Order: sequence, then structure tokens, then C-alpha cells
Amino acid sequence: MKNRAGEKKRAQKIRESLIEKALFASAALSVLTTLGILGIFLFEAFGFFKEVSIIEFLTGTLWTPLFEPKHFGILPLVAGTLMVTIISIAVAVPIGLLTAIFLSEYASDRLRRLVKPVLEVLAGIPTVVYGYFALTYVTPILQQMFPQMIVFNALSAGLVMGIMIIPMVSSLSEDAMVAVPNSLREGAYALGSQKHEVALKIVLPSALSGIIASIILAISRAVGETMIVSIAAGSTPKLTLNPLESIQTMTGYITQISLGEAPFGSIEYNTIFAVGLTLFVMVVIINTLGNWLTKKYWRSY
Amino acid sequence: MNNLSSRHLKGRLLLAAGVIAVSISLLSLVALLLDSLLDGLPYLNWGFLTSYPSRFPDQAGILPALFGTIWVVGLTALFSFPLGIFAALYLEEYAPKNWLTDLIHLNIANLAGVPSIVYGLLGLGLFVEALAIGRVILAGALTMTLLILPVIIITARESIRSVPKEYREGAFALGATRWQVASQIVLPEAFPGILTGTILALSRAIGEAAPMIAIAALAYVRFTPTSPFDRFTVIPIQIYNWINMPRVEFRELAAAGIIVLLVVLLVMNSVAIFIRNKYQKRGVS
Amino acid sequence: MHENILRNQPAEQDVELMSSEDQEPGLLKRNDKICFRNFNLWYGEKQALKNINLGIKTNILTAIMGPSGCGKSSLLRSINRINDLIQNCRVSGELLIDEENIYEGKVDVYDLRRRIGMVFQKPNPFPKSIYENVAYGPRIHGTTEKTELDTIVEKSLRGAALWDEVKDRLNDNAYSLSGGQQQRLCIARALSIEPEILLMDEPCSALDPIATSKIEVLMRQLKESYTVVLVTHNLQQAARVSDMTAFMYVGELIEFGNTMDIFNDPQKELTEKYITGKFG
Repeated sequence: MKNRAGEKKRAQKIRESLIEKALFASAALSVLTTLGILGIFLFEAFGFFKEVSIIEFLTGTLWTPLFEPKHFGILPLVAGTLMVTIISIAVAVPIGLLTAIFLSEYASDRLRRLVKPVLEVLAGIPTVVYGYFALTYVTPILQQMFPQMIVFNALSAGLVMGIMIIPMVSSLSEDAMVAVPNSLREGAYALGSQKHEVALKIVLPSALSGIIASIILAISRAVGETMIVSIAAGSTPKLTLNPLESIQTMTGYITQISLGEAPFGSIEYNTIFAVGLTLFVMVVIINTLGNWLTKKYWRSY
Repeated sequence: MNNLSSRHLKGRLLLAAGVIAVSISLLSLVALLLDSLLDGLPYLNWGFLTSYPSRFPDQAGILPALFGTIWVVGLTALFSFPLGIFAALYLEEYAPKNWLTDLIHLNIANLAGVPSIVYGLLGLGLFVEALAIGRVILAGALTMTLLILPVIIITARESIRSVPKEYREGAFALGATRWQVASQIVLPEAFPGILTGTILALSRAIGEAAPMIAIAALAYVRFTPTSPFDRFTVIPIQIYNWINMPRVEFRELAAAGIIVLLVVLLVMNSVAIFIRNKYQKRGVS
Repeated sequence: MHENILRNQPAEQDVELMSSEDQEPGLLKRNDKICFRNFNLWYGEKQALKNINLGIKTNILTAIMGPSGCGKSSLLRSINRINDLIQNCRVSGELLIDEENIYEGKVDVYDLRRRIGMVFQKPNPFPKSIYENVAYGPRIHGTTEKTELDTIVEKSLRGAALWDEVKDRLNDNAYSLSGGQQQRLCIARALSIEPEILLMDEPCSALDPIATSKIEVLMRQLKESYTVVLVTHNLQQAARVSDMTAFMYVGELIEFGNTMDIFNDPQKELTEKYITGKFG
């Protein structure tokens, strides 16, 4: 009888230990994923950088890997990405912040319950639908305003991307503002402050770290966005400051080549990994910067 | 107090600005939905749902894409749901609070912010080429799993963390092992939250075209996939293709595809919200 | 003044008396059920228990009292090693149960906990039915047959003086019970694994006076079959239900002895001050 109990206990111990190892493996998978991304990218990009010098890649101003003569300067793609990102942030941050202020400081409960689901829906719409909207609705309207604009341009894509990002900025900023304790507001009101002064001078600065985090996240999302730019921004990589022109972003380029099914191992195939690596590094830098800024401005109550 | 009137003015401006901001979001949503609906409804019929893509717009349909989506999302759910739960259980119930665990948290948070096309390239390099699975459904599902896993883990961890520690203490005091506490006490309580989070993550996956394009799911598929090792396409890619075709009728087909996609998403999100509400009410005193 | 507190003392013949020559506060005897020897406990850098020497005897009710922060809960939670769940918790010294040190490496902590039942300060039934709450313990330790479980559930609920109130609604959710009933359910749950030792951590502090008195009556019954260790901040309760009492202050054991002796004739000045309410 004692032996059986002992055996049962040993079996249970072994089972518990196996289960713990299996659970650990699942958690470790995330680390492996990051290593996998880096590994694959570095491996494939290695093939690319054997043929193209890294200096030319990072500083060249012409990107023509598919035509002769081939140039592999990534700056046009980066410029395209940045232009669309800047336009989208210029749309999303003011609207998102104002929405957040409105919802957190002004809106009644009923209004909040009406508006928040709308924003959630906006956030959940697939980007391919936004791309369609940009091409078929926004671009024609813009063309009437700017007759010299061609169908594929950075402005359309940027504006629509901005709309897509509004919920991200507004909901995270609102969370940060709502978390500011009421005692701070009451102190300001007691001094005779008006609502907008409390909102802008007390709540906003206190919620700063959350707001910054939301903006950084939005930037990161804009940089990595693919469908809207592929559909509406064009596929002509060029270094330009004119948003009415057709450009190409890093993500747009990767999409273009992937659809073309370039042969495995060719230089064209390797370019998507070189560009992808650049994109990944940019996003990681942005996220890390965001984390650092968030910690720097964080106030605990 | 002669700055009172200018202050009041500023106050009213802020309020007006806020209202305008909210209206912009609202109007954009309405415009977006109407645009797709008006363009697409004429093409939306049973034939559309059951036909293959074709050079002739009035004969074209979305059937292969529908199948492809169901296959990919189904397999993704199969892989990501248990993996996400196990990882979250490990991180919350087993892992000691040290630098390694913090690193894993940070890593997961970073992965959640990586663009989906990067995951697509990862899938291409790893599953399609290195593991030689090929440009098939399985590779697509594995890629999607990696994409949504960080989000599932983060949501699952929140649900698990919200289970009161008193329940765990009561079970430990009875001599329960860690796995017994995790699986019999914590998991049942956290399950609705985890399920909701997973359904929402999957619904985002349904709308993702970029990673599947990178894996080179086919653009023009004239068959319905019957195994995980078939080539495939998904609804967002089909929509993307139609948008890029020159004739205006294809744009309108794209809109019809968009309506189908939105309906699927609506159903999934409603299910998720229903589950969330149902189990929130049942909460403990 | 002291007599007021002792009005409800149980009959003397049930209590094993201490020899009066003993000076050691803890008095470690061979037949002690639980024995702390030079026991220390730290949470990180903060030391919560300082050199505890204490012997708890079988089948009596021992009360541990003292002001907030004196370490009485930490002491209790060391007995079933539920402190292990807290990160950075360290111990030194020995804690013997039936003369075996439970902090030795080879001890199976889950098996240890099966021999000890615990009732917490705030009732914490599982979000399951009343039946399932009581059946959970036996289930995880191997009992799966329905008729066996039914018997155990009834026996435990009777032992917690709750059976008559819930026998017709065993499938109801545990949270539909009142606070006092939930706590008795937690007691039943603790009894279901047939422990030898019962640890109670201020079990009445969240309950109203009527529920409290019901549980105090229960405690006096329980000590006949189990070794009960009760942590309480309620002096009168300690005097009412316990056979022996330990007084702790800032992590140290100040005095330990028969409850009547402690309350009538405390040896240490600190004890006397506490009993007479000079500090809380």
C-alpha cells in the first residue's frame, strides 16, 4: 500500500515537471520568434550585402533594383515611408488628442458609450478596406482640389492612414487622462480654473507619458502599414517632398516584389529582406525610444 | 477680472474643437462604410459567393478566397489558442519574477508592435523556404500564428492576473499542485476573457493581407483548397487584386468582397462581445 | 479586571497544564505536534520572525495573539509552507511536525498541505457550487467515486455545522451564501481532506457578531478532533476559545502558556500591557 502511494507521488512529480517544461517552451517561443526574425533577415540580407555595399544601400538616392542600371539606395523608400507617416500623424494626433480630451473631460457617460464603440469599429476595419476608400473616394475629392495631382499619391494614403490611426491615439491617451486622479482636478477647480484650463494645464501634462506612448505606437504602426500605401500611394520610389506625387514606401516595395514572385535567391528576392530588415530595425528603434520616453515622463500617483 | 471673457472664449473653442474631432471620426466611418456598400451591393449575390474569379466581372466570385480564409484562420486558431494559453499560464503562474521573465515580457510587447509584413517575410524565409513547407496553407497558418500570438499572450495574461489570488491560496492550502491550481482554478475563471481576446485577435488576422502576400499566396486561384498543403488565397488578397485591375467593374467586385469581409468580422466581434458581457455579469460578489 | 475576560473559559480538565518551573516561553516537549526551533523568517531584507521557539500540543486550541505586524500570520503560514508562494521569503531554523522538519529538502510540500487545513481571514470559496467547493480537496488527492465524495461532503459540512442549512442546495453557487456561511463552507472545505492540523487566520474578522459566535462554538468542537492554531487580534476571543495562548510582539515570542495563566497572571510586562489594552 505504501509503495503504491509512493509510486503515485513519483508519477505526479514527473508529470508536474513535464507540464512545467511544456509551458516554459510555449513562453520561450516568443524569444525564439524574435531570434528567428533576426536570424532569417540577417541570413537573407547577407546574400544581398555581398553584392551591394552597405554604404550605397543606406545613402544612395536611387532605388531601381528591377531596371538597368540597377541602383540600391534605400533613401527613396525611407523618404516615402516618412512622408506618408508624417501626414498620417499630422492627422491622427490632433484629432486623436482632441477626441481624448473631449471623451475624458467633457463627454457625458451616455455620449462616451456612443462614441467609444464607433472608435473601436474604426480601429477594427481591415487596412485593405481603408486602401479601397483612399483610392475610390478620397483621391477623386483631392484631385478636384489639386488638379495637378495624379491618382497615386502620398497625400491620399497619408490622410486615410491618419484616420485609421486616430483610435489608437485617442483610446490610449484617454486611458492615460482618465487615470489622472480627480483630486488633482478638484484642486485646480477650487482655484477658479475653468474646464479647458484644467484639461490642458493639469490633466494633459499629468497624462503625458501615456500620451507619448500612444503617439509612438501610432508612428510605429504607420511606418509598418502596408495595404493602404500599396493601393493608394503608388509604386515609384523617388526622393521628393511633394505629397501630391506618386511615391513608394518600404512596405509597398516588399508587397510589389512579393506579388511578382521573384525567383528564390535572386538579387531581387534578397532586396525584400534587406528592406524588411531596415523596416524592422526602424520599428524596434521607435518602440524602444517610446518605452524610454514613457518611463522618463511617468508619474505615479 | 478682465481676462474672464477671453478665457471663456478659449474654453468654447476647445469644446468646439473636440466636437469637430469626434465628428470627423464618425463621418469618416460612415463615408467609408457607405462607399463600400454602395459600390459593392449590386454585385453581392449568391453567385458571387459560390463562383471562382474570372476575367468576366459578372461571372467572378470569391469562393476560393472564402475557403482559403476559413482554412488559414481555422488552423491559426488551432495553433495559437493553446500556445497562447500555455505561455500566459507559464508567465503568470510559474515564472519567478526575475530578469529573464522581464525580458520575455518586453520581448512579447515588442513583437506585438512589429509590422505584419515583417512576419510575412519571416514566414517566407522560415516556413516556405528553410523548412521547405512551400507556399501553402500550412505556412500561412504558421505565420499567422506567430503574428497574433503576442497579442493573445498579452490578453490572456491580463485575464489570468484578474483572477483573485484568494482562490489560488485556498487551493494551495488544500495541497493542490501548481498545475492543478492553474488548470482547475485559474484557467476556468480566466477563460471567457481569454476566449474573447483570442476571437478579437483572430478577427484581425482575417483582415490581414500583407503577411499572406509575402508568403505568396496566389493571386489568382481557380480551385478550392482541400488540404493544408494546397496553395491558396484569402479574402483580403482577392480584394486587393480586384482593386488593382484596370476595369471599373473589378473595383466594384472588390467592394462586394469588402462587404463579405466586414460581415464576417461583424459576426466574430459580436460573438466576442457577447461572451465578454455574458461572463462579466456572472462575476463574483 | 482579568476575570471579566475569562468568564467564558472552557472546563479545566480538558487542558494539559504546564509545569510552573519552566521559564522558556516556548516549552518544547516530546509530544508536541508542531515545534518551532530557533525559527526565523525574512521577507527580503525585512525579518518577520525572530528566533521562535514554540511547541504546540496535539488536540488543543492554541491562540496566537499580538498587535498588527507582530508576525502572527507569518508564523501560522509557515506551518503549511504557504509562505513559499511569496517571492523572496527565506527561513532558517527548524519547524517540526510530528518530529520531522518540514523545511528539509526532501519534504513534499503538497503532501504536507494535505495534512493541514487552512481557513483564511476573508472567506474565499471557489467560484463553484457548494458541493464542488468541498469536493475539490478530496478530488485532487485521488478520490473520484461519486458515492465516496458524497459521504465526504456531507461529513465535512456537518463538521462545519453547515449541513442543515445547505443540504437542499448543494448545487448553488458558493457566493449565494452569507459571509458567515461562506466561512463555514471554507472550514468544511478544510475539513474535507481530513487534516490533522487546522490553521485559522483571524477567521472571524470579516464577520458579524452572530456569525462569529457560531464559529467560536464550532472551534471548541473542532479542537477535540484536530490540533487547532488560531491567530486572532481579538483578546476576548482568544480567552474564550483557546487552551493555550502565545503572545507575540514585533516578530518575537514574548510569552506562552495556559490561557488562564496568561490572562490572569502574565509574567512579562509587555504581555500585561497588551492584555490591559495599553496598546493595540
